[in-house]
Amino acid sequence: MFAIENYQQAHSIEDAVQLLNENPEARLLAGGTDVLVRLREGHKQFSHLIDIHHLEELQQITLQDNGTLTIGAGVTCTQLIKSELIQQHIPVLAQAADMLGGPQVRNAATLGGNICNGAPSAENASPLLVLNTQVHVLGSEGERILPVEKFYKGPGRVDLSSGELVTGFSIHHEDYSNTGGDFSKYAMRNAMDIATIGCSVVCRMDENRIDDIRIAFTVAAPVPTRCRMAENICKGAVPGAALLHDLAAVVHEDLKPRDSWRASKAFRQHIISMLVQRVAANAINKAGGKLL
Amino acid sequence: MIIGKSVTRVDATAKVTGRTRFVADSTMAGMRVAHYLRSTIAHGRVSRIDTSRARALKGVDGVFTFADVPDTPFATAGHAYSLDSSRRDREDRLILTDHIRYYGDEIAIVVAVDDLTAKKALSLIEVEYDEYRPLISGDDALAPDAREIHKGSGNCVGEHEYCSTDGYREEDTASVIAASDLVIESRFSTQMVHHCHLETVSGWAYMDDTDHVVIHSSTQIPHICRRIVAQALGMPIGRVRIVKPAIGGGFGNKQDVLLEPMLGFLATKLQGLPVRIELSREECMVNTRIRHPFKVNTRLGVNRDGTLKALAIDVLSNTGAYASHGHSIASAAGSKIAPLYPRATIRYHAKTHYSNIPAAGAMRGYGAPQVTWAVDCSMEEAARQLWMDPVDFRMKNAAMTGDIHPLSGKPLTSSGLRESLAKGRELFDWDYKRQLYSSQSGDVRRGVGVACFSYGCNTWPVSVEIAGCRMILNQDGSVNVHTGAAEIGQGSDTVIAQIAAETIGVDIKHVHVIPTIDTDHTPYDPGAFASRQSHIVAYAVIEAAQELRQRILKHASEMTEFSSRSLRLKNSVITGGGGLSISLEDLALHAYYHKTSGQQITAEASHKVTHNAYSFGCTFVEVEVDIPLCSVKILNILNVHDAGQILNPTLAKGQVQGGVGMAIAGAMSEELLIDPESGKIRNNNLLDYKMPTCADLPDIEAAFVETIEPKSACGHKSLGEPPIISPAPAIRNAIWHATGVKVNDLPMGPKELFVHFSQAGLI
Repeated sequence: MFAIENYQQAHSIEDAVQLLNENPEARLLAGGTDVLVRLREGHKQFSHLIDIHHLEELQQITLQDNGTLTIGAGVTCTQLIKSELIQQHIPVLAQAADMLGGPQVRNAATLGGNICNGAPSAENASPLLVLNTQVHVLGSEGERILPVEKFYKGPGRVDLSSGELVTGFSIHHEDYSNTGGDFSKYAMRNAMDIATIGCSVVCRMDENRIDDIRIAFTVAAPVPTRCRMAENICKGAVPGAALLHDLAAVVHEDLKPRDSWRASKAFRQHIISMLVQRVAANAINKAGGKLL
Repeated sequence: MIIGKSVTRVDATAKVTGRTRFVADSTMAGMRVAHYLRSTIAHGRVSRIDTSRARALKGVDGVFTFADVPDTPFATAGHAYSLDSSRRDREDRLILTDHIRYYGDEIAIVVAVDDLTAKKALSLIEVEYDEYRPLISGDDALAPDAREIHKGSGNCVGEHEYCSTDGYREEDTASVIAASDLVIESRFSTQMVHHCHLETVSGWAYMDDTDHVVIHSSTQIPHICRRIVAQALGMPIGRVRIVKPAIGGGFGNKQDVLLEPMLGFLATKLQGLPVRIELSREECMVNTRIRHPFKVNTRLGVNRDGTLKALAIDVLSNTGAYASHGHSIASAAGSKIAPLYPRATIRYHAKTHYSNIPAAGAMRGYGAPQVTWAVDCSMEEAARQLWMDPVDFRMKNAAMTGDIHPLSGKPLTSSGLRESLAKGRELFDWDYKRQLYSSQSGDVRRGVGVACFSYGCNTWPVSVEIAGCRMILNQDGSVNVHTGAAEIGQGSDTVIAQIAAETIGVDIKHVHVIPTIDTDHTPYDPGAFASRQSHIVAYAVIEAAQELRQRILKHASEMTEFSSRSLRLKNSVITGGGGLSISLEDLALHAYYHKTSGQQITAEASHKVTHNAYSFGCTFVEVEVDIPLCSVKILNILNVHDAGQILNPTLAKGQVQGGVGMAIAGAMSEELLIDPESGKIRNNNLLDYKMPTCADLPDIEAAFVETIEPKSACGHKSLGEPPIISPAPAIRNAIWHATGVKVNDLPMGPKELFVHFSQAGLI
């Protein structure tokens, strides 16, 4: 039994925006894998719901003529994993989505919900960060588009004002073409777990030099975070053991993992150093590079 | 022979098709729900409570506090009653309390029309406390100036010492150790874990009339529960009825009286309304029972030839806020481990203390996993210092048939431990792997480990061992079998059907073991615990079956005028000389409906058992350690069991796989974490409590050495708990083999290995 005070079903995206504006205390319900958990815990701020889980217009994955990939906010993790477009162009996102929760949770949980929840541990956050993903936000004033990196404001906080909803995400052609990517989730279990550390890397090679590389971590700072210092030392470099060794040290410049009962800061830092080497090496290999 | 065959579980189809009804699947018209008000401090007194706003809420039927409940303290442990009052469990519980002993203690309860109303009412109750400092560890609780958690206890629940029965005393054990070639001394600890049975603890109750309380409960111990509820409510036992339908796992947690006294109390207060309590997973993990955390010190004396001369074990067991099984756990653990290496002199000392952590009770293995962790890790240390192969060292000291149990002084009537080690060594390819992994470098390394266990088959000689069985021949020639054996998922109903079918001479499909226990109808049996169920009930089933068979043949004799001795009953057909053949159905119809001849054919037996037997076995495991990632992958794990004769190989293998899986969980990942300041458990949910999923557990292999236990009804011994005992030390020993790092504290998860590997300079 859930203590739902008020429940409304939106008939379209516009209807959802209107309902949000009419009910300022209402929260959106998509997959329910976060909202219903909070509601069960007795968090009253989730007791007014606007249901958008059935809106097909939020569930599309498309490749536009200019090469931009768009993913609706209501696309589930299972959809991401099964999508040929995702598998072909940005498999790193499918890799991450496949590590979220378990099969039942992945069938319900949406990409939009995973990001809007604002959790520092969101599986899909690090691949979206390294793909320079744009977030599409719709409000009564119209649409605004911003990079996912800017969308995160703090733990559990995102750049979403009252009356706004995220309709989807877009990834430009130049951000994913000719890249190799890899994702790794370090957790205490192989399924149904919250990440201790999550990491994504995408990389583009030029001959055997790194032309472009993007590195992001989850649970390593208050929000999912890009590691620009680490990226900078890689650009133009020939990948090899020395570079990976340097990477393991420099990656910490942009990160600030917490010390908590779930895992000590020292342990998280150690895992960050290990993961960045392994994930970067895999991404370089997938991009056609060879580690010397 | 149907005994020994992999008969399909009698409840399998109903379970996998969703037809089985568990406690929470049944209801009654007018059912109310009840929710506890739990303390938000770990230690203190309620100084003020105001329930008036909760009582006034619409939909609330009642609010009861510590001031409303009977003041008779009762013990909750699922032990058969002892006529000797000095042997009874510690009576330290009330149904509700104003003396807070752990974070989440039960102060009050709300009864309402639905869950949301009840929870709303809980939020309206005002409570103030006088707060005391939580006493978490043994050091805290046993400090000379520590506040008493239970008055007059000194925070000690029990303390005892066992020595070998051959005249040795403590100083002798010490002198044997001192005279040995090598002395190995180590310290170990084990953590707080919870059972995590899939079915949470739940029950519902009502008054059948004005006198009788009926409680449907997810319990392993219906008959014990009945007695304790009667005591707690001050009612005669005959006016309490406990009904146990299908149970979704218990693992010892439901070998305790949990919700039943409260359910009975509420039933008496609600003027005939039925009421349900269904604990959430979060409540289950903190507010039922946990496994006792142990601190264990060991001292071993060994000679250069590999003889274990003496073993001294010192245990400190933490039972938490209430005694529950209390000191029985540390006490039983000592007797269960004693016959493992029985030619060594043994001294075992244990003390159990209260603290302000959740109450610890029975959990699969009953203390043996904790003590075996210490003993078989110490054995590994000894083998290493002797430069002996770990299997060879254990073989040299392992129990053999005829060895004397060091504590009882009686011979072991069967032990296949050496045969188990030999079989495992070969199946596992131990010698090759041990050699292959002997010197490795690099980030990813492999290792193999071994460990042994021993375990009893029941609670004798501590408690009465009794089981009952009643059989009725139905009109269609089928047989209804009632026993008090509690089917909780372990498969006892299936092996009971096998034993009954075999002994009577009927087809197993004509045997119906009544799956629900109802203490108003069911023969007495204390329940499912101590790995006793199939071992003890077998005697009663065989006795009743033999009697039923005799009565069937007697009636056949009356029908045919052949002597009953000349008649045979097999596969539900009675045959005799001259081509005589009568189906059991025809015989049953005749017995029921002939106007003058015969009667309803029934049989009944109640049997007491006055001996114990020991199961033995070992674990072989192969691990791969990713040192930089501090992670361990189990590549192969094999448990070899001497459980005597195997009654049903598929069920036996299932027990081993389940037990080893649970052991891996306790070894590698599970731990209830406590905030030392507040005494609050941090991770009482299945996200933060790292119970492994199917993606985490390896394939688990099982093998058996089938000795014939001469004192057992079917030659069989225990198998319910034994699989959980030896995997943890075996895994630890394999990690040591792979990395050179030995771990003495559980669990051995990545966070812990990070610390160990850092200290060892590996990372």
